[in-house]
Amino acid sequence: MRIRSLEDLIAAKNRGLATLYPHKAKIMVGMASCGIASGSRAVMKALQDEVRRIGFDASISPIGCIGSCYKEPLVDVIRPGQPRLTYANVTPAAAVDIAESLASGRLRKEGLFTRIEEDENLVDGTRVRISSGKAAVSTGEGSASSGQGTAGNPSRRDTGASDSSGQRMASEPSDGSRGTGAGRSSEARTPAEFADIPLFGEVPFFKQQKRIVLRNCGVINPDSIDEYIARGGYFALHKALKELSPEKVIEEVKASGLRGRGGAGFPTGVKWQLTRNATGDVKYIICNADEGDPGAYMDRSVLEGDPHSVLEGMTIGAFAVGAQEGYIYVRAEYPLAIEKLQLAIRQAEECGLLGEDVLGSGFNFRVSLSKGAGAFVCGEETALMAAIEGRVGEPRPRPPFPAQSGLWGKPTNINNVETWANVPVILARGGNWYAQIGTEKSKGTKVFSLVGKLNNSGLIEVPMGISLRDIVYSIGGGITDGGKFKAVQTGGPSGGFIPESLIDLPVDYERLTEAGAIMGSGGMVVMDDKVCMVDMARFFLTFTAAESCGKCAPCRIGTYVMNETLARICEGQGREGDIEFLEKLAHTVKALSLCGLGQTAPNPVLTTIRYFRHEYETHIRDKRCPAKVCKRKFTPEEIARLKEEAAQKREALKGSEAPGSGEQPSPLKSAGKKQSGAQTRTDKKDARKRKD
Amino acid sequence: MYFDFEKLDSILSEHKPTPGSLIGILEDIQEEFRFLPEEALVLISSRIGVPASRVFSVATFYNAFSLIPKGRHVVSVCLGTACHVRGAGDILAHLRKQMNVDSSGTTSDLQFTIEDVRCLGCCSIAPVLKVDDEVYGHTNPDKARDILEGYKKQEAGEA
Repeated sequence: MRIRSLEDLIAAKNRGLATLYPHKAKIMVGMASCGIASGSRAVMKALQDEVRRIGFDASISPIGCIGSCYKEPLVDVIRPGQPRLTYANVTPAAAVDIAESLASGRLRKEGLFTRIEEDENLVDGTRVRISSGKAAVSTGEGSASSGQGTAGNPSRRDTGASDSSGQRMASEPSDGSRGTGAGRSSEARTPAEFADIPLFGEVPFFKQQKRIVLRNCGVINPDSIDEYIARGGYFALHKALKELSPEKVIEEVKASGLRGRGGAGFPTGVKWQLTRNATGDVKYIICNADEGDPGAYMDRSVLEGDPHSVLEGMTIGAFAVGAQEGYIYVRAEYPLAIEKLQLAIRQAEECGLLGEDVLGSGFNFRVSLSKGAGAFVCGEETALMAAIEGRVGEPRPRPPFPAQSGLWGKPTNINNVETWANVPVILARGGNWYAQIGTEKSKGTKVFSLVGKLNNSGLIEVPMGISLRDIVYSIGGGITDGGKFKAVQTGGPSGGFIPESLIDLPVDYERLTEAGAIMGSGGMVVMDDKVCMVDMARFFLTFTAAESCGKCAPCRIGTYVMNETLARICEGQGREGDIEFLEKLAHTVKALSLCGLGQTAPNPVLTTIRYFRHEYETHIRDKRCPAKVCKRKFTPEEIARLKEEAAQKREALKGSEAPGSGEQPSPLKSAGKKQSGAQTRTDKKDARKRKD
Repeated sequence: MYFDFEKLDSILSEHKPTPGSLIGILEDIQEEFRFLPEEALVLISSRIGVPASRVFSVATFYNAFSLIPKGRHVVSVCLGTACHVRGAGDILAHLRKQMNVDSSGTTSDLQFTIEDVRCLGCCSIAPVLKVDDEVYGHTNPDKARDILEGYKKQEAGEA
């Protein structure tokens, strides 16, 4: 049914609230890709079978990923009048038990991970007490400094007549987890037996988080547009279309200080302004969902868990810049995200929130899905547009920038998934509200996929400016198996490595760039001392060399040669001068490449040389890998020499002379002739070392 | 090489005959035939009005396309950063060796194609591998072998 007015929107909201907080038991299963890979399908099936078998009247609903991927599969239960409880690492057998215990009223305690008392609706800034299903009473502790809030888990039950319009802004400001904790006095119906289960905002993994982009992930059923609306969804679009002018929308986005979350960090409002100012009747909006950086998966999670937030953001953007058509370019490697997006687009069209005459305002905006075919370079905006046009995904020089001449030569505004998902909240709460969060130049929050050798890996959203130490130790729970932290890699193949000495670095665009890394799309891979930095540099260069589209020589040849040199160093065939050569080549490739891929591809090499030069030197001079990762490869000459050496040693042992006191053997004769001077020198040194 | 022209025709009729449909058409053909038959490429070229050279350049540019047949099950071993750090390279090497694949990564009976992929976005449960659309987390060489054995058994059962 079509939504044309605020009344229609509120009706949809109430329908959503009825499924979000039903008057009967509710079971939720995390069904994002990572949950499914951990076995949540079997858990879901076990729950459905068991509920049917015992004839228990409960609603079972899939939800997206709440971020704590290390605890998957996750199952949440809500009993009427009680808080939401989350079970971690649920097996099908445990699921059966959970269903049974829920039906019997004596809840299983085993495997309980956290409890949520209140949901926060970020869009209108109100809270709902899950146990009562009513708007939470302000404890008086909250102040307007929502930026200080932490793991707010937004949602509320809209019952008050005064705010049924959904337009009231921040009248009961959220106070993150502290508000949740402070409300304990009124938890009359929370059973004492669960009082020791940590509150959501007290769990170390969630404590320092501030969930804006991930506001609905793991809370709503991504297949339900009503549940999205129930949490304030599409109210911002209504506000934009019915109350604001395009200029005012751009002003708000500018005031928010939002910068492109795809990695480059260009101010979003300025970009919108450029596209709006460009001449032309036909303009396009693109959502870049070609999340190619290895180690980053926040876009997948948002698309799988909350696809409407991206659609709403894009529609607001289209209204602001004056576009009528939009594309979402999504990786083919994300089949579930594609499925959820297709469904969401269809639902939004049916409801009149996309397509002709959006919300009865006369504004038209259609969105199509464009599936990627597996080319990393297509994450670059000009290459991406070429791919949408059905051509080879090669970038082109800029200017002209897409804002002037983009898709099919028309002015185009392209933003990343995470950027779009921020937009509705900014519009609803105002740019100034958003700008309170974060640092001076980097506003708001950033989602990171915190992975690697960590105890708690998953998806986190933190205010800009948080220190790496807090991320790795407080949220990530430190290194697995008591290992030693060595470095954290940010920004994927375009980023760099940050060593332990910089662990107190505040995370924002500028500071990461100063350190030689970049914010990137938000991959954060933590490494312990079992990881070899030269091997990691080689890993990334193998990737960029393979993914270089080949259009410009600096990138095509530069990445290839860097990769070859790194391979040689890893295999124990490095030469004196290799490090300097790599540095020189890296700067050349950075300066001369056509697009972002080549311009940033040398970053992993440069940062590993900058912070871990000694590892390179050990590989080159001592022919060994300190982390014992790289496998030494011998040339035929070396093998012959080693054989000769071994034979001599045997001879020496046979003879009466003590080993080692014999005269210096000259096994290098054959090798030396064929190799360069530098190589011979290192080989001699190497031979001496071996003797020692 | 033999292929079903009727199927090809129905795929082509599902898309608009414009140059912009090229990648979508190739994706559907790859999915249906598990490769892009040369004859099909020529046919597409005339159907959507794009030079054959451009169809070939697109077909050879993107990783998703293959000009030689892929196996019935495509096994993608993730070599993303998190998987690499947790030993994904060993899994790929073991599988290639155990399954006795050729240089294109395909077994001689066309049952499996084993390839690497850069990041499936399931980094928190690394190392992961994907068989067709099914993702498996926390794998190791033995577990990976068992997973493929399961597919073998399943197929033998169906036969």
